[in-house]
Amino acid sequence: MTALQLTDLNKSFGAVHVLKDINLTVEEGEFVVFVGPSGCGKSTLLRVIAGLEDATSGEIRIGASVVNDTPPAKRGIAMVFQSYALYPHLNVCENMSLALKQEKQPKAEIEARVAEASRMLSLDPYLDRRPAELSGGQRQRVAIGRAVVRQPQLFLFDEPLSNLDAALRMNTRLEIAKLHRQLEGSMIYVTHDQTEAMTLADKIVVLRDGRVEQVGSPMDLYNNPANRFVAEFLGSPSMNIVPATRLGGSDGEQVGIRPEYVHIGDAGALAGSVIHVEHLGGDTNVIVDIGEEAPFTVRLFGQFDIEAGATVQLGFDEAKTYRFDAAGSRLS
Amino acid sequence: MNKARQNPLNAVAAHGALILYTLIALFPVFVILINSFKTRKAIFREPLALPDADSFSMIGYETVMKQGDFFLYFQNSLIVTVVSLFFILLFGAMAAFALSEYRFRGNTLMGLYLALGIMIPIRIGTVAILDLMVQTGLVNTLMALILVYTAQGLPLAVFILSEFMRQVSEDLKNAGRIDGLSEYTIFFRLVLPLVRPAMATVAVFNMIPIWNDLWFPLILAPAEETKTLTLGSQVFIGQFVTDWNAVLSALSLAILPVMILYVIFSRQLIRGITSGAVK
Ligand SMILES: Nc1ncnc2c1ncn2[C@@H]1O[C@H](COP(=O)(O)OP(=O)(O)OP(=O)(O)O)[C@@H](O)[C@H]1O
Ligand SMILES: [Mg+2]
Repeated sequence: MTALQLTDLNKSFGAVHVLKDINLTVEEGEFVVFVGPSGCGKSTLLRVIAGLEDATSGEIRIGASVVNDTPPAKRGIAMVFQSYALYPHLNVCENMSLALKQEKQPKAEIEARVAEASRMLSLDPYLDRRPAELSGGQRQRVAIGRAVVRQPQLFLFDEPLSNLDAALRMNTRLEIAKLHRQLEGSMIYVTHDQTEAMTLADKIVVLRDGRVEQVGSPMDLYNNPANRFVAEFLGSPSMNIVPATRLGGSDGEQVGIRPEYVHIGDAGALAGSVIHVEHLGGDTNVIVDIGEEAPFTVRLFGQFDIEAGATVQLGFDEAKTYRFDAAGSRLS
Repeated sequence: MNKARQNPLNAVAAHGALILYTLIALFPVFVILINSFKTRKAIFREPLALPDADSFSMIGYETVMKQGDFFLYFQNSLIVTVVSLFFILLFGAMAAFALSEYRFRGNTLMGLYLALGIMIPIRIGTVAILDLMVQTGLVNTLMALILVYTAQGLPLAVFILSEFMRQVSEDLKNAGRIDGLSEYTIFFRLVLPLVRPAMATVAVFNMIPIWNDLWFPLILAPAEETKTLTLGSQVFIGQFVTDWNAVLSALSLAILPVMILYVIFSRQLIRGITSGAVK
């Protein structure tokens, strides 16, 4: 069964057309990640799905029913916000149980669900505390717990980890992955973070300017980007783009080469001087000036002694390159 | 305060300035208080002396208690002030919430219209207001005063509160909506507690002018049973003789309730519970 289906969805704020003809299906139990540059409409799409904004046109179907005119609380969704949005005057337990009280669930059921969620998220020691007395990571776990207790058909996460530091982000990411396996609920997750997108997603939706650019599994998008935008957006460091004329191609076309598929040393198709070297321990990023506007990045696995200013030959496998036409569509 | 950031010289200077200001501000109140316990002669002979065995007298308070129905005036003032403040805060906050939260046609225009009252003094409309009160039969009722003061306080209240409500986290309100709270619950339970300091500010701004007002009680409700304290005290100020004992005693008594109200509101000013709601 499908958990969510969007058909020809449009959203405008007055004259500003933010979402354009979105068609999207989320299957039951699927983990879908929305990525895209800032301002492309990810949050707006999530808010339209949640019912916090009305769709200008198009149909939103959650489970079996069309929910265009259903208030947020009755859509069978739960949402986790970037800013946590906990109720400041309620303690952790009350924060998690408020929605259930609002639904007039029996008391025993509320207690059981809160206990279950608090066990899952290790919140037991904090149940009596106010949000002000919790750390950022704990607050975000409470916000996740508040979503879990509702047992929604669909979880919506809007950049839930972006306020956390790197270590905590990794922990919470693992926790969300674990939660997804345990709950078997469908989840939609908005993020800026490549790693989150690649590691969590069953399916990634790349958005640009309110349009869906490509939908597919993480490896699908990485190996088979439909256009230059998707190719450059996924992968870190991002793909090198070189005018095709440099490699014997036709005018206007471009060739994309991922930094990890380039090797240094043997006589290659391209050459240039090293501008800067980033030593990351596990890998080394070499940034090379090949005479184009954008610098060329090479990712080497392991540690290498390369001096800035050195002249290097860049070799790569022709089969591992991507060709795009002038408009950015993939040719091969 | 953090010890490392504290410079003792700065602290002394700051406290010195604040203490000086407090003394200056409290001096007139102090003079009124001590003189209200003195005989008429003593008031004029040595206005700054403390009352002693010779000059001590309760005559002012006795006059106040005997003359007219002072407790009734008191009660009237209190009712008018408290009820007006309640309506100003309630309707002001509701209007501010609507203006800051909902997108509707004419939203900005409505906000400007409501703010217009800040610039135009309500007293300009006194004649029209009196006419209106006469026609609706509200002359000589406390209701007349309450309505006028509510109208007078609303513009600033809406202006200040809508500014504060815009700052309340959008996510928090949306979380409430997703959890099934009604718009009223979101307003009363989530938003109002977070703008409490602003509400207290509005209350303090409005309280004193209402309590002290002489103009509207004199025009709209001069009857004996609706007199406010300020109006009631005027009987002691004659064209030729002024009963200073009584005036000072009445003023001393009038300070008390505002002070109590002020203490209540100012505690809200200081207390903030916003921390921890959002990052
Ligand atoms: N209430 C609104 N009125 C007018 N325009 C809006 C409104 N809300 C959002 N927009 C516009 O819609 C576009 C998409 O905004 P949205 O918040 O969905 O971006 P986003 O993809 O979530 O960005 P980010 O990654 O920075 O969070 C932006 O250009 C924004 O200016
Ligand atoms: Mg966003």
